[in-house]
Amino acid sequence: MTTPQTVSTTHGGTPTRTGTTLLTGAAFLGGEPRDLAIADGVFVDPSAIDRDAAEVLDASGLVALPGLVDLHAHLRQPGGEQSETVASGVRAAAAGGYTCVFAMANTTPVADTPAVVEQVHRLGLEAGLATVRPIGAVSVGLAGERLADMGMLAGSAARVSVFSDDGHCVADAELMRRALEHAAALGAVIAQHAQDPSLTRGSVMHESPLAAELGLTGWPSAAEAAIVARDAMLAEAAGARLHVCHVSTLETVEVVRAAKARGIAITAEVTPHHLLLTEELVRSYDARYKVNPPLRADRDVRALREALADGTIDIVATDHAPHAPEAKQAAFADAAFGMVGLETALGVVQESMVETGLLDWAGVARVMSTAPAAIGREPGYDAPLEIGSPAHLVLVDPAARRIVEAASLKGRSTNSPFLGVELPGTVLHVWHGGRRTVVDGEIAEMPVQA
Amino acid sequence: MKHLLTAAMQRDEAIALLDLAEDMHQIQDRDVKKLPALRGRTVVNLFFEDSTRTRSSFEIAGKWLSADVINVSGKGSSASKGESLRDTGLTIAAMGVDGVVVRSGSSGAPALLADWVGRPVVNAGDGTHEHPTQALLDAFALRRRIHGADASRGKALDGVRVAIVGDIAHSRVARSNALLLPALGAEVTLVGPPSLLPQPAADGTRLGLRAETSLDTVIAEQPDALMLLRVQLERQAGKVAPSPAEYITGWSLTDERLARLPKAQIMHPGPMNRGLELSSRAADSDASTVLEQVTAGVSVRMAVLYSLLASDQGGSR
Repeated sequence: MTTPQTVSTTHGGTPTRTGTTLLTGAAFLGGEPRDLAIADGVFVDPSAIDRDAAEVLDASGLVALPGLVDLHAHLRQPGGEQSETVASGVRAAAAGGYTCVFAMANTTPVADTPAVVEQVHRLGLEAGLATVRPIGAVSVGLAGERLADMGMLAGSAARVSVFSDDGHCVADAELMRRALEHAAALGAVIAQHAQDPSLTRGSVMHESPLAAELGLTGWPSAAEAAIVARDAMLAEAAGARLHVCHVSTLETVEVVRAAKARGIAITAEVTPHHLLLTEELVRSYDARYKVNPPLRADRDVRALREALADGTIDIVATDHAPHAPEAKQAAFADAAFGMVGLETALGVVQESMVETGLLDWAGVARVMSTAPAAIGREPGYDAPLEIGSPAHLVLVDPAARRIVEAASLKGRSTNSPFLGVELPGTVLHVWHGGRRTVVDGEIAEMPVQA
Repeated sequence: MKHLLTAAMQRDEAIALLDLAEDMHQIQDRDVKKLPALRGRTVVNLFFEDSTRTRSSFEIAGKWLSADVINVSGKGSSASKGESLRDTGLTIAAMGVDGVVVRSGSSGAPALLADWVGRPVVNAGDGTHEHPTQALLDAFALRRRIHGADASRGKALDGVRVAIVGDIAHSRVARSNALLLPALGAEVTLVGPPSLLPQPAADGTRLGLRAETSLDTVIAEQPDALMLLRVQLERQAGKVAPSPAEYITGWSLTDERLARLPKAQIMHPGPMNRGLELSSRAADSDASTVLEQVTAGVSVRMAVLYSLLASDQGGSR
């Protein structure tokens, strides 16, 4: 059963290893301390192992969480290697406590063919550190005109189960309807970037009195909520699953809540930055704060936190969007949209949700691991930390605080809105399928796998 | 004052700047229009956007103060605009210039440039954000009309009622005036078609001010001054802007409306679209301050450059 030094490539190329590790005293999902044991890539019964032969790690004071799953990251490869690669992206992911990352389709070329998604899949296997799940494009070239070959993408070696034109809204209602129908037949989900393009021409920040004052073109809340309302109706009619990317407004929260009450198979995500930051930061005209959808108002931040706490919003997803410095060293309207987020997500969620009492650590495990894995159909995350489950594990020191610095970021780009900001929680150790990927906060370098 | 990026300033600061502009204004009556104040100083007019009036006005202001004035057209491809803004700014700073006057199509660009270049920066208009020297010259011209040319010094605009009319949403002139005129005590009302008014706050104010959609309602209140903004219906708001006929019906200062305003000053930042924002009769009437505003522009810009760059003013040097 166990074969030392072999690499299993069936589910994201998780390398297995022999040897038993015993972790003592970690707060199990933030609750009571419980010993955890890892052998052969899975959690095993700690009372049934040979303790003298095990590598023992004192984890008292640390919180044990399942490996995090990001349903929404831009790894930029192929085509955007100056800002990120799959290899650099998974380093950032591992450092942030992630063991699985879904890579968005807006690469160059677009991930609308089996060749591209299989390339990204292969790059993920080579990089190790975390499982990379390519997301397929909904439309050819993200152009919103013709459906991509969704069945071929789903049937490829990359086994695509999430489709998205993220970066662009699938604005055409007919195209969205047919995409949902195809997805339903494939058991896949459509992840919609909800932004009515006709309401957001030239929009660069939240539409508000502040935007009026700053002379920047506003992005109205209704442009998001209106698309979500439409798509919910289309998903209901198609009997399909709809996932809403980066919900940013109170109005959208209310639409999602109403759709769920109606029984529609809708799920939603919120980004860490929308849980913590507001449009006030744009006063500086610093393009680090330019993101799409934009940072909103206080009332939206409050509504998003409450919605994540009560389950209206299902998951946290980073929308990790690396950019080279020159793309951000520009006037606000001319700069690129997006922020890196993989390495700060857990700290931001601790700050905005845990320390405010809105979510406990078991809730964090749900919204950052179990639920996103379920939406993306990634196996192995449905029974977190339980005996027999793949050993995807994060140990967090919840009492530590750190100031985010560009030099300490492991990804290739440093366009973080949190530089210079103190965040709680430090990811100390990460196991991905039983293999250590982060040791004492540093990436555990792995041999390149063929 | 290290830079002039915004018209948001304290009342005393604004009055002092307008009084300094009065000093500068006296040069208009001289045969030899040259003061030695900025001899040996170099000012770059960095204009990323076309402008004849504002650039000429800054150039004359600098030259009358004996500064060396260089005009740089920063127009480049739109894709590289942001990058070239920073690199052009750093390049100019590296040449040792003393001050930069910048016009940009991007809101906030002068503020970023000020951070990057470490020299005094004057905002000569940024996108749909601000145009602070325009607001200063408007206040200067209006103050002279209200108090008299010889009695303006030290005065503010307390209780003066000003209506700003037109495409407020896309106007940097409106934004700067919305900050400066109230700081001087004026009561400002914004007037325009609903689609061309900026986003309201929860209390219904826009840019912190009262806003109305009916020009006739505001005219009935007999404001002291009507400031008509240049409208570019075809460019600014695309399909949501009113047609010229609709605009004239609702918001143009027509002869008929002019007749209902026997005492108001008629202001316009130029260039005027006669027949659209205002009738020719309104533009050429004794109530029109249009040419006085242009003259005031040079004086105000002299005052700004002097404040930022003269060695005895402290500046940032």
